[in-house]
Amino acid sequence: MPGRVAGKVAFITGAARGQGRSHAVRLAEEGADIVAVDICRDYPSVGYGMATEADLAQTVKAVEELDRRIVAVTADVRDAGALRSAVDDGVAQLGRLDIVCANAGICTVQSWDEVTPTVWQDTLDTNLTGVWNTIVVSAPHLIAAGGGSIICTSSTAGIKGLPYLAPYVAAKHGVVGIAKTMANELASHSIRVNTVHPTGVNTPMGEGLGGLEPLIGRDPNLGPIFMNTLPVESVEARDISNAVLFLASDEAKYVTGLEFTVDAGNTIR
Amino acid sequence: MAGRVAGKVAFITGAARGQGRSHAVRLAEEGADIIAVDIAQDIDSVRRFYHGATEADLAETVKLVEALDRRIVATKADVRDYAALKRALDDGVAELGHVDIVSANAGIFVFGEPAQDVTEQDWQDVIDINLTGVWHTVKAVIPHLIEQGTGGSIVLTSSTAGLKGTPNVAQYTASKHGVVGLMRTLALELAPHSIRVNSVHPTGVATDMILNEATFRLFLPDTEHPTRQQAAEVFATTNALPVPWVEPRDISNAVLWLASDEARYVTGVTLPVDAGYTVK
Repeated sequence: MPGRVAGKVAFITGAARGQGRSHAVRLAEEGADIVAVDICRDYPSVGYGMATEADLAQTVKAVEELDRRIVAVTADVRDAGALRSAVDDGVAQLGRLDIVCANAGICTVQSWDEVTPTVWQDTLDTNLTGVWNTIVVSAPHLIAAGGGSIICTSSTAGIKGLPYLAPYVAAKHGVVGIAKTMANELASHSIRVNTVHPTGVNTPMGEGLGGLEPLIGRDPNLGPIFMNTLPVESVEARDISNAVLFLASDEAKYVTGLEFTVDAGNTIR
Repeated sequence: MAGRVAGKVAFITGAARGQGRSHAVRLAEEGADIIAVDIAQDIDSVRRFYHGATEADLAETVKLVEALDRRIVATKADVRDYAALKRALDDGVAELGHVDIVSANAGIFVFGEPAQDVTEQDWQDVIDINLTGVWHTVKAVIPHLIEQGTGGSIVLTSSTAGLKGTPNVAQYTASKHGVVGLMRTLALELAPHSIRVNSVHPTGVATDMILNEATFRLFLPDTEHPTRQQAAEVFATTNALPVPWVEPRDISNAVLWLASDEARYVTGVTLPVDAGYTVK
């Protein structure tokens, strides 16, 4: 049986590890070739380490082991020029573009009065402007292909006002705005634009949320905001990839403008 | 490759034709056995718009599922009749062993006048079938799912009319919004049992329910005999993507995904399959 995205090419940002690598592998399992980018460099403002070049090489290996092709480039989503070069190069090598996963993101935990201008700017630049840059450099290729599927990674923080994550929440809400506007602007080209909204995912970024517990201790009334409805504390990257795969495939050819929660019921409480 | 819902059993209402039949076939293609029910007769308040499914339609669904080498237990039953619905389900579970997936799909579309002019009978029929029928469906199946202790996936068929208001379609819009309220409450009540509950929200689907002159006239009130082509042009303006309506299989693909273990942590979602109708 051919894969569910056989013959398609997917551009994935933040693909060196975590959800991005999982998306690359899941889409490759179902027949897609991959254009992968990752910054592979630490942010001084972020308390956990970013992915490395070795991580990105591991993604390349995982995709190639599935007999799919991958073009991997070290690039920062804040740098629209570098991002454009990466996707243009990938499309030149792989022939087309059908799927875009605007996945790259950072997350820092602090109370509102501990948000530094640098943290604010880095978060908005990466998580919001980075998504915008990703769409802007990709859309011409999707238009040329006659359609496509753009999946922006938001968060439960794109729906709820999660405390101690103000810059992250602002950026992730903004991603929803970009996606809904672009769903309308690109619809005439049969390009679909949706957001996915994970609850906590077991990834290196999730480990960066370790600072939450002492902050919640200051105001225990805020703790239940982070609780899921289904009896699980967090989900796996592959659970998000399965939603991305559905949205990327032709099975979702009439699904656009959706805020797709993969959140164990976090946002319905 | 094993099917995406291999070994599961799905209970589907309104399964004789249209979306319900499509769900039965799609889930069977991916390895599920089916418990199908349908009223399989005309409903008085609907007859002026379109005809109900028939027993022959239900037999055709059986044939299609069996052609896929899956088992199906099909019963003529009205979702308004709780006792009959429960009996049909219980018989199906007795024969097929368990139930894992629920598609509360049976519904009618009655419309055409402002809310104050809707007759008592039209209002009651729509609410009884589209909302109370959904509640009957879940009321019958939830004890099975809880007792089995293996979780489950309930998919309620709502509509774009479950998310947005629709002039001159008060009874249907009210019923489909009600389905969302029921879905959200069930998602919370059933989460401790790892039973997920979501709703799907189609835009117009190419079935007998909308491909009829009465529905075309809702969009073209000044045209005496609107054609499918004329209707398609107007329908297309309601969607963001450049299509007038979608096919039953497009909805079935969403139901399949929600029913499968790929969606094991997805609950409480209002999933539009609406070509961007609600994002416009």
